[in-house]
Amino acid sequence: SAPCPQWPYCRKRCSYCNFNKYVVPAVDEAAVRACLVRETRTLLRLSQVQSVTSVFFGGGTPSLASPRTIAAVLEAVAGAAHLPASAEVTLEANPSSAGTPRLAGFRAAGVNRLSMGVQSLDDAELRLLGREHTAAEARGAVEAARGLFPGRTSIDLIFGLPGQSQDAWARGLEAALGLCDDHVSLYQLTLERGTALAAQVWGGALPVPPQDLLADMYQTACAMLVAAGFRHYEVSNFARKGALSTHNLSYWRAEQYIGVGPGAHGRFVPRGEGGRSREARVQTLEPDAWMREVQSRGHGTRRRVVLSPLEQLEEVLVLGLRTDEGVTHQRWGHFSPHLSLQAAFGAPGEAEALQQRGWLVLDGGGLRCRREGLALLDSLLPDLLCQLQRR
Amino acid sequence: MGLAGRTAVWWARLRSSRPAAAPRCLPPRLPAACQRPYSSRGEEKLDMSTYPVESIRNFSIIAHVDHGKSTLADRLLEITGTIAKTDRNKQVLDKLQVERERGITVKAQSASLFYNHKGINYLLNLIDTPGHVDFSYEVSRSLSACQGVILVVDANEGIQAQTVANFYLAFEAQLAIIPVINKIDLKNADPERVEKQIEKLFDIPIDECVRISAKQGTNVEKVLQKVIEKIPPPQCNTADPLKALVFDSTFDHYRGVIANIALFGGEIQKGHKIVSAHTKKRYEVNEVGILTPNEQPTHKLYAGQVGYLIAGMKEVTEAQIGDTLFLYKQPVEPLPGFKSAKPMVFAGMYPVDQTEYNNLKSALERLTLNDSSVTVHRDSSLALGAGWRLGFLGLLHMEVFNQRLEQEYNMSVILTAPTVPYKAVLSSAKLIKEYGKAEITIINPAQFPDKLSVSEYLEPTVLGTIVTPHEYIGKIIVLCQDRRAVQKDMLYIDEHRVMLKYLFPLNEIVVDFYDALKSLSSGYASFDYEDAGYQAADLIKMDILLNGNPVEELATIIHNDKAYATGKFLCERLKDAIPRQLFEIAIQAAIGKKIIARETLKAYRKNVVAKCYGGDITRRMKLLKRQAEGKKLMRKIGNVEVPRDAFIRVLKRQTDK
Repeated sequence: SAPCPQWPYCRKRCSYCNFNKYVVPAVDEAAVRACLVRETRTLLRLSQVQSVTSVFFGGGTPSLASPRTIAAVLEAVAGAAHLPASAEVTLEANPSSAGTPRLAGFRAAGVNRLSMGVQSLDDAELRLLGREHTAAEARGAVEAARGLFPGRTSIDLIFGLPGQSQDAWARGLEAALGLCDDHVSLYQLTLERGTALAAQVWGGALPVPPQDLLADMYQTACAMLVAAGFRHYEVSNFARKGALSTHNLSYWRAEQYIGVGPGAHGRFVPRGEGGRSREARVQTLEPDAWMREVQSRGHGTRRRVVLSPLEQLEEVLVLGLRTDEGVTHQRWGHFSPHLSLQAAFGAPGEAEALQQRGWLVLDGGGLRCRREGLALLDSLLPDLLCQLQRR
Repeated sequence: MGLAGRTAVWWARLRSSRPAAAPRCLPPRLPAACQRPYSSRGEEKLDMSTYPVESIRNFSIIAHVDHGKSTLADRLLEITGTIAKTDRNKQVLDKLQVERERGITVKAQSASLFYNHKGINYLLNLIDTPGHVDFSYEVSRSLSACQGVILVVDANEGIQAQTVANFYLAFEAQLAIIPVINKIDLKNADPERVEKQIEKLFDIPIDECVRISAKQGTNVEKVLQKVIEKIPPPQCNTADPLKALVFDSTFDHYRGVIANIALFGGEIQKGHKIVSAHTKKRYEVNEVGILTPNEQPTHKLYAGQVGYLIAGMKEVTEAQIGDTLFLYKQPVEPLPGFKSAKPMVFAGMYPVDQTEYNNLKSALERLTLNDSSVTVHRDSSLALGAGWRLGFLGLLHMEVFNQRLEQEYNMSVILTAPTVPYKAVLSSAKLIKEYGKAEITIINPAQFPDKLSVSEYLEPTVLGTIVTPHEYIGKIIVLCQDRRAVQKDMLYIDEHRVMLKYLFPLNEIVVDFYDALKSLSSGYASFDYEDAGYQAADLIKMDILLNGNPVEELATIIHNDKAYATGKFLCERLKDAIPRQLFEIAIQAAIGKKIIARETLKAYRKNVVAKCYGGDITRRMKLLKRQAEGKKLMRKIGNVEVPRDAFIRVLKRQTDK
């Protein structure tokens, strides 16, 4: 199982981000820490997991929390379940709050993998994104992280910014390849409702990136990374030397994960209260309300929904097809003992048509996308869901 | 206090001006029927024999929209004591919600007024007329029961297009015309100018115009006096055999058909056996009465009078408008009657959801009972399912009908683009045999016969009248030319206003002409039209193809000259309405095998959400499942998936720029 504690605060609002995050003048860190610790204990006990495979500190900006808080949460995890030394413990960090001493503090607290939010190595682009750091600061932060977490530092990059050219993107990626470690996440910019950037684009102040350009950018980037020895193991994720993110793989493999903190999502079976079905859970969004709930009843779970067997299979399919391994027969069988992958998608229907067009493969390994199909996954999924729903 | 005080004084003056004497002629006191429908049953019936033909006047009020027809009607009803005088009397004759909302009259209503003039009690039958061009059929129907009209003109706006159209309807029917200039209380009123216009255009001497303010009641009484003096009584005789014209009918869920009748001879009463000249069916009269404006039973109705009749007719079609009723075994020469209402605009109507089909069907049936001018044919479309092709008198009629469906029956429907009834003169012997005639009417583009088997296509035309301040003439002429119209006349009706007459192909004005005219004249130009028969036209059927497969519901009949522009426009619109898919889509406009316009919707090359981690899954799944559901509702044309609303989005707006 994989706990994912959320630190909900940021120092500044980025122009593209619509996550559940809060910019407040002062955070009562001791109180938040106590609540994160308490909720971690409550939920881990509820899930009755024996051993934790990974922990992922997300946010907000978890690198704004003090190493002490990270340490306290990890202690709580270790207290409630087995936390092996080999378990992956990732912290998301912003270059502006990731100096060497601070990162060393996180390492001492138990963090062994760092995901650095570089986003771009161009100052103008960083300003457009509303980031606090400069390209130089990002370089410094990545170098510091690589020094402390060699082979276990990941960088995030964004492409498809309004006005960004194919050349500019290729140059930026080239520079990033010279800087990066063994894991890179490449995200096409999604214009999210309610963000400043989306408002500017939809209002006409900034140009809408053309669809074909975005496709070209993605294709170029994938080719460049593969040429540099990276495995394209998920839509937006690349790793070499086996440096895949264990934690993120657990989402795509539909394993259990436990969301802790304001607005965190989880998927697990609450065996501690006799539950037998996988549940989708969401914690209370707003930090103060969440804290009051944790203080009064030990957790801030706001919504829990039992997932039907079909809903679970739909998630297995939707998430699994994002990876290069796809949905394996074994994983499918785990969620669907009676209807095999072959039975669900081998019969004439949508999946067969998609296979014929060269976008999908169903073979001894399981069901997965070919490279061309992966880029079109969201157009394939509604068809596959229709086919699954008919079974 | 000002207004209330004035009103009170005015009312008192009117009351006192009514002679209290003349008992012989005073009608029995009328119950306040207008407050309660059918409240009068069981009460004493009126004796209409006290109103001989000489003291009867049958008249209508005709006017351009908003010139104050309904307000004048309200005042007349008040003055004659037909309805109580209250502040709430607004559009008393307009019973439908849509009429009150839009301030227009859709369905003609009638009311009998009692008025004493120079010691004689008169029965004045006011037959209301709809105020819009679409309903001119109803106007001429109403006029057939009249001997005169009050022609109302706004003192500020002057003569407008409908004023002209209505005048000629009355003039051609040889009715007495009383010109009334209304709204003289308005600041910008210029009655002299309007009087001059009336003189110039209608050849009516200036001194015959009555200046009134219907809103304030000024001079309204004078209008009534003119009605009595200038409009002749009906020419008929009670001693003759019964001859009754059915000029309107309504449907009542409890009592069946209520036919509005005008007696051109004889008398009628409960128990009479009557025969319809049209259907030859026999009925027994259950009830007769007058409209005040609700039904007020009377013992009898006599020659020259106007009222209603209930005689066990179950369907509105039994009370055919224009039909003549006579007594059993006393047949008479039927009255000329009317041409039946001719639909000018056709559109497909479909339930938004097919499960609503039966509900919509019954709503349509009930609504058409009261509006027999709507024609209904069953139709079906691959995209929209089972539905109907409806014929309307005009676009407003179509809108009003749709609004009534929504308001009175809570139905929401999909209406396709309106089309007009084209004709084709067939040359193929085989087709002529198949249709049983050489000239066919095409109301659905799907039935458009191929050019090879047709000697000539015909399109309906209308003679349009535009009245406009002269500064807009240039723009209006350009607009009309763009609509393939031919100028027939141009006349300055005073130094500032011009009346233009154009012959238009109907399809050119059906959708947005009126809006275009209004917007380029800042709302000052008015428009009206009348049927002007058919003309030969170079018509073609244009298909829209998606990857080579025709989209049946987008097939249109258009004039050859407009094909390229319309084809290009439809393709562009469709390109925006269809989402990108996994393959390239060619959107083409074609005439026969010839492609005249093309847009290409490129294939998706990338469509995958960038970030998908624990937190985003629930939202993601919802979206995908909605898309999966949506796929089931898509209309498949070849392998192209088209959202259902795509056609509506393309069709609903005008196909003209």
